[in-house]
Amino acid sequence: MTTLTGYIDGIGLLGPGLADWPAARAVLAGEAPYQYATTQLPAPAALPPAERRRCGPIVKLSLAIGYEAAGAAGLDVSTLPTVFSASGGDGGNCHEICQMLASDDRQISPTRFHNSVHNAAAGYWSIAARAMAPSSVLCAYDASFGAGLLEALAQVTVDNTTTLLIAADTTYPEPLRKTRPIPDEFGIALALSPAASGRTLARIRGSKVEAEPDQLPNPALEQLRQSVPAARGLPLLRAVARRESARLVLDYLDATRLAVEVTPCA
Amino acid sequence: MKPLFLSHFTATSCIGRGLFQTLQALRQRKSGLTHCDFDTVDLDTYIGVVPGLDAVPMRAGMQAYDCRNNRLLQVALEQDGFADAVQAAIAKHGRDRVGIFLGTSTSGILQTELAYRERDSVTGDLPASFNYRTTHSTFSAADFARAYFGLTGPAVVISSACSSSAKVFASARRMIEAGVIDAALVGGVDTLCLTTLYGFNSLQLTSTQPCRPFDANRTGISIGEAAALALLERVPSSLDADAVLLTGIGESSDAYHMSSPHPEGLGAQIAMQQALTTAGLTSGQIDYINLHGTATPSNDASEGKAVVAVFGSDTPCSSTKGATGHTLGAAGGMEAVICALALQHGFMPGGLNTTQVDPTLPLNYLLENRDQRIQRVLSNSFGFGGTNCSIILCRAN
Repeated sequence: MTTLTGYIDGIGLLGPGLADWPAARAVLAGEAPYQYATTQLPAPAALPPAERRRCGPIVKLSLAIGYEAAGAAGLDVSTLPTVFSASGGDGGNCHEICQMLASDDRQISPTRFHNSVHNAAAGYWSIAARAMAPSSVLCAYDASFGAGLLEALAQVTVDNTTTLLIAADTTYPEPLRKTRPIPDEFGIALALSPAASGRTLARIRGSKVEAEPDQLPNPALEQLRQSVPAARGLPLLRAVARRESARLVLDYLDATRLAVEVTPCA
Repeated sequence: MKPLFLSHFTATSCIGRGLFQTLQALRQRKSGLTHCDFDTVDLDTYIGVVPGLDAVPMRAGMQAYDCRNNRLLQVALEQDGFADAVQAAIAKHGRDRVGIFLGTSTSGILQTELAYRERDSVTGDLPASFNYRTTHSTFSAADFARAYFGLTGPAVVISSACSSSAKVFASARRMIEAGVIDAALVGGVDTLCLTTLYGFNSLQLTSTQPCRPFDANRTGISIGEAAALALLERVPSSLDADAVLLTGIGESSDAYHMSSPHPEGLGAQIAMQQALTTAGLTSGQIDYINLHGTATPSNDASEGKAVVAVFGSDTPCSSTKGATGHTLGAAGGMEAVICALALQHGFMPGGLNTTQVDPTLPLNYLLENRDQRIQRVLSNSFGFGGTNCSIILCRAN
């Protein structure tokens, strides 16, 4: 099977009890205890005021982790291609639309409608970052992290470009929550380059495999991994945090998984 | 870029099930748009409906995926021997070497809209029959195709609004060129739902008449539904003269506004220029442009300016949305198939419904079909969020 190679130059992370990548790195490396706390989404300062008011949680989460990863990698966001992968869109917005469409007053607002597209986060990102570079916007349900990683590595390999992977998931309110129980907002962003640099944290080599996915030793984090698609990438980040050479298996589509060889660089 | 071969393709929309009917409608300049009578929708607008979708039984074992979007996808897969072609590709390359890249904007959201009408009056719960993963989820169409063919390779849905099923060609190309797969099932499927009908209406973007792209008096879109599919493979050593190749792709973002295009079509210009560059072509070598041409005043103005900036005013062009309606996430795939038919059958489809071309947009906009052998065409697809994609298709000879 073909192997795709990329270099992680920056990481962004935000989730319950994990305020950013430095905090998550310490937890994943075993240097700090994991304590659950509801995800706090920062206001997206990079957006113009009108867009800042209109955007939903998936946009705030995606922008927060995207800027963190790009900043750590020292990248100019205005020229950076992006891969957005999310298992769903703005859940609250979707609920409001469906509720209105089932009522006598079906006049949904223009903002609700444009926020309903799966590429809302990518659209707001391009406005915030003034980025005219392309954006690939993906969904693969529970396999969304793996799909995003494959797409990003293919861009790095084939287009010989640095790219920014933003994998993020947000919650649905009831009644959709029962049918799609994502417990909290969580996202991982990776700045991936075709060659090593002074900022490179690790080299990764990905390929498809049929094997059992790696689990996380911490039960609460393992629970997170299993319940949020974007968190399926946590075993990779754990290896980076622990600065260890590892061959691990990430969850992807049913029996098809991604084998990732991680080699620390810095 | 290394060209890719569209070894098989098919499309189903309001102008026909499969290639024969689609070609016939294009040749006869037949529009499939009718006044909106969809579900309980009370809007004064025109739509492009694929008849009979309510009565389509899902294939054995696929009932969990039952929703309008997957029913249309199944219908499309079973036209023109397309499913057989995919099976042959699987036999040749292996189950894990054929990828799936499908575009959709709203997936099976209609299923959720209907389920919200049947919420439990006490608990508020959705009906027990509602299945989020297999219907509502944006991934549902690719998941369906994966199960339908028993594929184990990469499978993904690209969902960037109305550029979705043009962008699938870019992702599939990268995955083939990287060597991860040998063939890709690409395309798009989007079906009518209340979210898009009332949503575009809220933006005052739906027309009360059949849409008139690039008309001086255009007043908005007509929403349609379609599924269009292609099998992409590496170019074999020998090809029929009328084989269709994908030779260029350009992608960009507007970085301008969530629901309005850049007024000068800057992002569109970048996408078209990049498509030409990756194909190694100059603008003068393109024989026909299939415009995105949604028929909203601002979209067509923006695209018109962008086309003039890249191509000048001579290249024959048209939008086929007067025939099919704007099929949203399926538009890129639908129009790629229309371009492939135009290349194989030697004609350029004139735009329907348009009577007076906008004099402020100096384009060679075709109002009649033109029978002429053409070699290279470019197709534009742009969407909400400022996402742009242009692809170039060529005859092998």
